[in-house]
Amino acid sequence: MDNAIGEQEMALLLSDLLELYGYDFTDYAKASLKRRLNRLFTLDRFPSFAELRYQVRNDAEYARRCVEQITVNVTEMFRDPAFYHALRTEVLPVLATYPFIRIWHAGCSTGEEVYSMAILLKEANLLHKSLLYATDINTQVLQKAATGIFPLSQMKQYSENYIASGGKEDFSSYYTASYNSAKFDEELSRRMVFSTHNLVSESSFNQFQLIMCRNVLIYFEKELQGRVFALFDESLEKLGYLAVGSKETIKFSPIANRYRQESKEKIWRKIH
Amino acid sequence: MAKDSLRDEEKLVVIGGSAGSLPVIMFILQHLKPTLRIPVVVVLHRKSDSDSSLSTLMAHRAKLVVKEADDKDPIIPGMIYLAPPDYHLLVERDKHFSLDDSEKINYSRPSIDVTFESAAEAYGKGTVGILLSGANADGVDGLQVIQEHGGIIAVQDPSSAQVPYMPQAAVNQLKVERILGIQDIPGFIDSL
Ligand SMILES: C[S@@+](CC[C@H](N)C(=O)[O-])C[C@H]1O[C@@H](n2cnc3c(N)ncnc32)[C@H](O)[C@@H]1O
Repeated sequence: MDNAIGEQEMALLLSDLLELYGYDFTDYAKASLKRRLNRLFTLDRFPSFAELRYQVRNDAEYARRCVEQITVNVTEMFRDPAFYHALRTEVLPVLATYPFIRIWHAGCSTGEEVYSMAILLKEANLLHKSLLYATDINTQVLQKAATGIFPLSQMKQYSENYIASGGKEDFSSYYTASYNSAKFDEELSRRMVFSTHNLVSESSFNQFQLIMCRNVLIYFEKELQGRVFALFDESLEKLGYLAVGSKETIKFSPIANRYRQESKEKIWRKIH
Repeated sequence: MAKDSLRDEEKLVVIGGSAGSLPVIMFILQHLKPTLRIPVVVVLHRKSDSDSSLSTLMAHRAKLVVKEADDKDPIIPGMIYLAPPDYHLLVERDKHFSLDDSEKINYSRPSIDVTFESAAEAYGKGTVGILLSGANADGVDGLQVIQEHGGIIAVQDPSSAQVPYMPQAAVNQLKVERILGIQDIPGFIDSL
């Protein structure tokens, strides 16, 4: 039961990842990160910590696997239906007044969130004038996201979420089923741009009217959350929207005084 | 006095429960003294679509303040924290919570093991783990880690449990110091 990777071992690995590969996990929340590292250690059956460390230091491929495995990629379509309902009724009507809509999904994982958004935009007749920038630190999940293929076994749940979010169409009209997978229409993915972007180390790359960053900030320590909020603030147009996960908040962050929560959901508006 | 409060700050009670544990939790909350100076964390298995009404229900019963834990909340003595649905609740070494939406553990999110293990690493021998009624073995490994860190472990007496599987698994696999009847749990916590 005793964990192979304690505080000290974790610190060594984190400095290896930073110094050799430029991945900075040093300001991630430690309890969760340590679990992820121990999970990897068990999964890949290392006989000792030294061997895991050796592999990380000497094999860039493996270091990438390490990054991919310690980030948590769990996601679903229309996760928290009430949140998507608020996007439909409170945010999209405002975005509709713009000639062109730019949305950033930061930490999009395998893309379920991005396809959900594209469906909302299509139903509001806004998809043709929208562009969805979907970024993540993990290249593997981005490749998956770009295919628009999700497990067919999930569709029942997603369809229920979709209906709970106020969807009125037949959800299965958005994808083609074959064997075990559901491939979403290219009409949706045509408006998406996928790209790696590390929120910890990279800078702002565009101006958006809506930034979604859900269930990513929980993995960061408070101070890093503050820095990432500053990055979003820099990337958001005035009167733009910033949406976070159902257990995350902008309150108590350094940018809080420029934002107002106008919704019951975790959606803030930039007012200054 | 100052010394006492310093000592109390170093303690943390973590309670885990699954099927059949809700009435026990309610009883405990109702009977804890309002003067308790130790933080109490409650991890309950519940349906992922349940809303936040459970913490409201708990707040009605308790004499202490009940809060569904938010990401990065500081852990304050005398507060009762409830793990939110669909996230794992972790205890950080500098005494605040963080949340994690990684895979389910023992078919559960929140998982009792995750909270117990991280609590043990943060609070060491000040950790007190209590496992209640339930139909799954979540929490048993966590109790073991608490014990390995020098903490105190207790279970609800399986014969008093609606579903004895969970506390019984702990009794079978570990040396459990305290096997408590429902009536005795609040007093046990108050006396820590
Ligand atoms: C739990 S998923 C959230 C997916 C989706 N937003 C949702 O709420 O369902 C978290 C994602 O954040 C990504 N992530 C973690 N650290 C990151 C960083 N520094 N920069 C960009 N993305 C990061 C992970 O790779 C993972 O895909």
